[in-house]
Amino acid sequence: MAFDWTYFWQSLLTPSPQFLNGLALTVVISVVAMALALVVGLLIALMGRSRFLPLRIFASLYIWVIRGTPLLVQLVIIYTGFAAAGLFRFEDVDLFGALIKGAVQAAIVGLMLNESAYISEIVRSGLESVDRGQNEAALSLGMTPLGAMRRIIVPQAIRVMVPPLGNSFNGLMKSTSILSIIGVAEMFQIGSTMSASTFKVFEIYIVVALYYLLLTTVWTLAQTGIENMLNAQAGLPRAEPVLKRLFGLRSRRAAAVAAPVLQPVDAA
Amino acid sequence: MTLYTAPNTIDIEPIVRAVGVHKSFGDKHILTGVDLEVARGEVVVLVGPSGAGKTTFLRTLNRLEAIDAGEIAVRGERIGQRTNQRGRLVERSVRELAQQRAEIGFVFQHFNLFPNMTVLENIWHAPVHVKREPKATAVAYANELLARVGLAEKADVRPRSLSGGQQQRVAIARALAMRPALMLFDEPTSALDPEMVGEVLAVMRDLAAAGMTMIVVSHEMGFTREVADRVIVMDGGRIIESGYPDQVFTAPQHERTRQFLSKVL
Ligand SMILES: Nc1ncnc2c1ncn2[C@@H]1O[C@H](COP(=O)(O)OP(=O)(O)OP(=O)(O)O)[C@@H](O)[C@H]1O
Ligand SMILES: [Mg+2]
Repeated sequence: MAFDWTYFWQSLLTPSPQFLNGLALTVVISVVAMALALVVGLLIALMGRSRFLPLRIFASLYIWVIRGTPLLVQLVIIYTGFAAAGLFRFEDVDLFGALIKGAVQAAIVGLMLNESAYISEIVRSGLESVDRGQNEAALSLGMTPLGAMRRIIVPQAIRVMVPPLGNSFNGLMKSTSILSIIGVAEMFQIGSTMSASTFKVFEIYIVVALYYLLLTTVWTLAQTGIENMLNAQAGLPRAEPVLKRLFGLRSRRAAAVAAPVLQPVDAA
Repeated sequence: MTLYTAPNTIDIEPIVRAVGVHKSFGDKHILTGVDLEVARGEVVVLVGPSGAGKTTFLRTLNRLEAIDAGEIAVRGERIGQRTNQRGRLVERSVRELAQQRAEIGFVFQHFNLFPNMTVLENIWHAPVHVKREPKATAVAYANELLARVGLAEKADVRPRSLSGGQQQRVAIARALAMRPALMLFDEPTSALDPEMVGEVLAVMRDLAAAGMTMIVVSHEMGFTREVADRVIVMDGGRIIESGYPDQVFTAPQHERTRQFLSKVL
């Protein structure tokens, strides 16, 4: 096997500026798309719970279409398809002195739409995981339905929502690798270009893989920190340790903590 | 020191007046015309077979359940509804309804304490965020109430670390913190181990002695005999019998009451 170790270590430890730009773009697109997706996902989840049938229908259709079609196809339709049909073209824009490529905007929109459908389901099941009695207790104490939602339901639901949201963000970071299809110069795209010019195909893609691994590992650490903070606020035991989480060993306790219901102690 | 200080004024209206209350879930007719008046300071115990509609009726009193027909007034005000200028019956705003509910304490079978808050915060949360009481005042009163239900040392723990009986006492304190004019209890001891029933009934006994108006769904016959001013028997979504506990328990008028009592006494 011809594996160029020198080239490998060099690319890994002293990556080229283009490669670092690609890495930065991957992170920025992921974070921005996720932030927007949280907002849209919450809106879709609220629509799904609305008293107005048309809103509920819209939410269901949205979730059905987005989750039922591949991200790759969605991206191509948004960027290439819309432009080809003369419907909409993503133009490069200048935002506070930074040039945002049309393809990058399309990437963010596409990932945001895709992610929001999944997030709305996470939000919905998070809200549903809170016992109905909590809402009734809040109402009986004189809270309005909105107040009960804000002060009682949401704080409890967030704890349940963070683990799946975090996992979803991990998935989102990895799926940025398909953005090369619409010509976004993110990390994978840069890697492909480098491999085409150097023919060090194996070495470069291993480096690319390791950088994705770095991103997802750092995020897992952050996510565990957030979960521990929320658990501490709720007076619950710590989330499962990072090592267990990264290497796929799931503890029984973590499963129990993920489904918090206030049970009378004597009934348990 | 008591759990409740009755006001010095006199209510001319009954605190609760329910007239011809009907309620269906789908095509199941659950409440089939309930009439009830409860005066201030009265303790009314509601009994009846499972499925009689006791819980449903209690929930209509603070409009956790909307009614299909009839009217329910608490302290002379229709709950959740009002008449507009044209004399039509319309829904009250969510804010008005919330204000009405704030005056009615509700104690649930399964406590429904807020698990993400400490015991003390469970008690002061609504006074601060709903009634806008100054926090220091609310916390002081919460501590006082907690002491009176015998749990002063549990202020800073989470509800889930308490026994069922302790949780239910906290739930009563939480409801009292809003200084309600009326307390509703839905089988407050039926989810508890037998040895914890007594501690909760003791708190309710104190509350009754202090003059709180109480409507209690309960099958605790000893407690009822001792504390209730009136026993009401529900069956098939209506009140079939009502009277002094001794009268209803020893000489029931209705055949269904006799059948029911033979099972619980
Ligand atoms: N939200 C609901 N939807 C449909 N049916 C309901 C609902 N709530 C209650 N019911 C039905 O109404 C009937 C009366 O219920 P309710 O809980 O008021 O009875 P109960 O007298 O409190 O009985 P128990 O002693 O078992 O608590 C039952 O048949 C129940 O299944
Ligand atoms: Mg019941």
